[in-house]
Amino acid sequence: MFPRPIEQAAPTSQWLYKAAVPVALLLWLLPLLGVAVTSIRPASDLAQGNYFGLPSSVAFSNYREVFANSPMASYMLNSFKVTVPTVIGAVALSCMTGFALAIYKFKSNLLVFFMFVAGNFVPFQILMVPVRDLTLSLGMYNTWYGLALFHIAFQTGFCTLFMRNFIKALPFELIEAARVEGVSEIQIFWHVVLPLMRPAIAALSVLIFTFIWNDFFWATVLSNSPESQPITAGLSSLNGQWIAQWHLVSAGSILAALPPVLMFFLMQRHFIAGLTLGAVK
Amino acid sequence: MFHYMKGAIALTAVLLTTTAAFAQDKRVVKYNADYDPAPLAAMQEVIADFEAANPDIKIELNNFDHEGYKTAIRNFLTADAPDLANWYAGNRMAPFVTSGQFMDVSDVWEANGLKDSLGSALASMTIDGKQWGIPYTYYQWGIYFNKDAYASAGVDVPGPEGISWDQFISNCEKFAAAGIDCVTTGTKALWPGAGIFDYLDLRTNGYEFHMDLTAGKVAWTDDRVRATFAEWAKVQPYITKNHAALDWQDAAALLVQGKAANYVMGNFAVAVFKEGGMTDENLGFMRFPEITAGIARAEEAPTDTVHIPAGAKNVEDAKTFLAYLATAEAQTKINEAMGQLPINKDATVGDDPFLKAGFEMLSTADGGIAQFFDRDAPAEMAKAGMEGFQEFMVKPENLDKILDRLEKARARAY
Amino acid sequence: MPVSAWRANQRRLAPWLFLAPGLMMFAVYVVIPIFQSMWISFYDWDGLGEKTWIGTENYVELMDDDAFYTSLKNNVIWLVLYMLSVPAGLMIAIFLNQSIRGMRLYKSMFFFPFVISQVVVGLIFSWFYAPDFGLLYKLIDVLTGSGVAILADDRYVTYGIIAAGLWPQIAYVMILYLTGLNNVSPDQIEAARLDGAKGWKMLWHVVLPQLRPATFIAVVVTVIGALRSFDLVSVMTDGGPYGSSRVLSFYMYEQALSEYGYRMGYGAAIAVVLFAIMMIFISGFIWKMWRDETER
Repeated sequence: MFPRPIEQAAPTSQWLYKAAVPVALLLWLLPLLGVAVTSIRPASDLAQGNYFGLPSSVAFSNYREVFANSPMASYMLNSFKVTVPTVIGAVALSCMTGFALAIYKFKSNLLVFFMFVAGNFVPFQILMVPVRDLTLSLGMYNTWYGLALFHIAFQTGFCTLFMRNFIKALPFELIEAARVEGVSEIQIFWHVVLPLMRPAIAALSVLIFTFIWNDFFWATVLSNSPESQPITAGLSSLNGQWIAQWHLVSAGSILAALPPVLMFFLMQRHFIAGLTLGAVK
Repeated sequence: MFHYMKGAIALTAVLLTTTAAFAQDKRVVKYNADYDPAPLAAMQEVIADFEAANPDIKIELNNFDHEGYKTAIRNFLTADAPDLANWYAGNRMAPFVTSGQFMDVSDVWEANGLKDSLGSALASMTIDGKQWGIPYTYYQWGIYFNKDAYASAGVDVPGPEGISWDQFISNCEKFAAAGIDCVTTGTKALWPGAGIFDYLDLRTNGYEFHMDLTAGKVAWTDDRVRATFAEWAKVQPYITKNHAALDWQDAAALLVQGKAANYVMGNFAVAVFKEGGMTDENLGFMRFPEITAGIARAEEAPTDTVHIPAGAKNVEDAKTFLAYLATAEAQTKINEAMGQLPINKDATVGDDPFLKAGFEMLSTADGGIAQFFDRDAPAEMAKAGMEGFQEFMVKPENLDKILDRLEKARARAY
Repeated sequence: MPVSAWRANQRRLAPWLFLAPGLMMFAVYVVIPIFQSMWISFYDWDGLGEKTWIGTENYVELMDDDAFYTSLKNNVIWLVLYMLSVPAGLMIAIFLNQSIRGMRLYKSMFFFPFVISQVVVGLIFSWFYAPDFGLLYKLIDVLTGSGVAILADDRYVTYGIIAAGLWPQIAYVMILYLTGLNNVSPDQIEAARLDGAKGWKMLWHVVLPQLRPATFIAVVVTVIGALRSFDLVSVMTDGGPYGSSRVLSFYMYEQALSEYGYRMGYGAAIAVVLFAIMMIFISGFIWKMWRDETER
């Protein structure tokens, strides 16, 4: 193991290390803690210049105020409306594309595969104008499904890379055995491969959920009113209204961060497995 | 200020919920707007009056964040057009008119005799001989100041006629000695800096020149432009240092707290000053000082307007609302509540001292009335110009580079 | 198609059947738009009216546009400094690669910033940098006697935004390396220890070579992340002060869709340039992956 396990070091070093980790963590998360504290700081503290001391009282009312006086609830709902269908759509499509590219040997296999991979890396800006026009002409501008459709298509690139590599690592004998028994290709997909893909599906779902929830660029390009804006874009425009009201901005920020953070904690193992796929061979 | 914002946001919420509750059995007019809290409350009253008189119409107001709106309008006009939309008069509406995004509303003007009652704004609403929207308010720009700051720095408080430019600059030295920012502004959103430029140019070179400059007829490298910047350089050291990181409301807070003395701003800021705790007692207003002696006094007074997008679905009811918004009665009411000036000549100007001072100042301006830099100049020039103004206020030594860049932008934009 | 024909050919047809929906969506929303953007970049178009063909004029203008060069320069700064997240992430990963009590929780807490939206990260750091009351502003004020408004100063603004961007990026790289370190072969380490290797030497000659796959992915995601930087610039400064924190991705958006913009053709030309720059890196990655694939 590298570095040498701390248990083998002198007791003082061990003790020092155990103290250093939480201190480092505290410093690392300082900006976030600051915002979390500000989000429960009463407005009067800010007015009196108490920005960094202990809050004079715990004002959960900031959160109530955010929900009562801004379209925050609607923003959050919109984010779910965009994110959940995208997760389902992108994962479904990429199960199929990944299966096709991992199992079958055909001439343009690698070409198609690398097209997905390369497409996943292109700058958003090169897609912006045409995608916006397309969405407009389909009458889907400023709707959750207009956003979700684009996200499904774009995320298919990354998901295909993920799924293809995952399926490729499955034992190919299973498929050959099924073929010998005369099972059709579609049934192989449905009854043999798909059940084995469960961990990959879980990992990918969590990842895509986070990516899409946190998307800001497309939210800005493809939606513009509180009825359809996801929370990232909504928060950015609320920031324009809540000038100098950091307690509200902070509460809004925490709310926007909460779902992906919960998702991460509940599905941590899958999340990290998904993110680090390919980091080890 | 916090209470003020809270109240306004609460009002928005109430409005949003009520519109949702009653919208079913009425003909809905969707109205996209970009009101700050105080004007929003005013418009809601006008809408309530209108709905009382027209019980079968429901105005569904969708309020945007003011800065975000300017980007959003491009999108919703083409994509998801409402029946009414806020915008601005002058060159600022030209792109939407020429590209067919705004509907010709000349018939509303004709049918209601608006060419007479809204006569003062007719020119700025007319393109190709047709009218493209209804102006409902305008407001003066000028210098708002904190009398307490003047007192604590030992500077004489100016009267409404203002003071001379030399006096203003020597005042700045005294404010600097007292640790007070003589001039404050917040240029994070760029436009507040343009107000300072407009006035300096109007005072240095006069109205005709300023209009030629914003119309692209004069080079930015012209000596007269340099003369304007030379005047600016005199006050530049006394402008709030971090203005590029501040929103205009942040700078307003500095004035309220007495950390700054003067603020070149539009009259809409009065609501913010007062919510911050200032009163008619310690908030002062004066004309921008004369610079070139004897030049005809021109002022800055932007006009705000409401338009019908070409893609509107409920045009008839939208026109009914526009006609109502043009009436003396509606304009009196909304402008009184907004603290701004009505366009309709039969409307009454509110009782507020700042309004009266503004009205007086504007009606005696013999030089002319400018809209505002980003309304008089086309969009591309406006953007480049306002960035240049911001840069100049931070780094006046870059003037040559800035002017070269603006000249390049001029060559492209017109 | 008769059932027998399907039977006979299903091995040949099945892949395309499975690929069809995904490929179609991807073509419509990703592949075709790339070419459409290239095509639009030869037009003068405000997004509302008619397009006018102007040939390479947008590109000619770009070559003489200070804002373009500012953006390009900032992109280079982003790219170089963003790379710091690779060694920094590795250091934190090594620091945390122990098994004391509660380490799992510590590790996931360190990973936190990556899970949060960049909009939120931008707001957090704006607050951190805010003039007059921001924590960093106060700190500098105490240390030097006068505070610096990082986001209003053209000398520091880009670095300030990059620092905000590094926070989640380091977390991301860290998790890649933590996974990598988990899989470093203990035998080799022990063997090297017996040979007297330790510290830097051990890291450089024994550990890093084994971390190569993690490093590759870390570099890929960091390069892409640096060139995609849009959210932070938009949320924290809107490209200001006077355009000094623009990057190409933001400048493109500004020209094409912002308040004073709507030059779709010009914006598309900027996007094409950004695309070309990214293609250099993308081709590199793809080439390496291709080699790995065909070697197998």
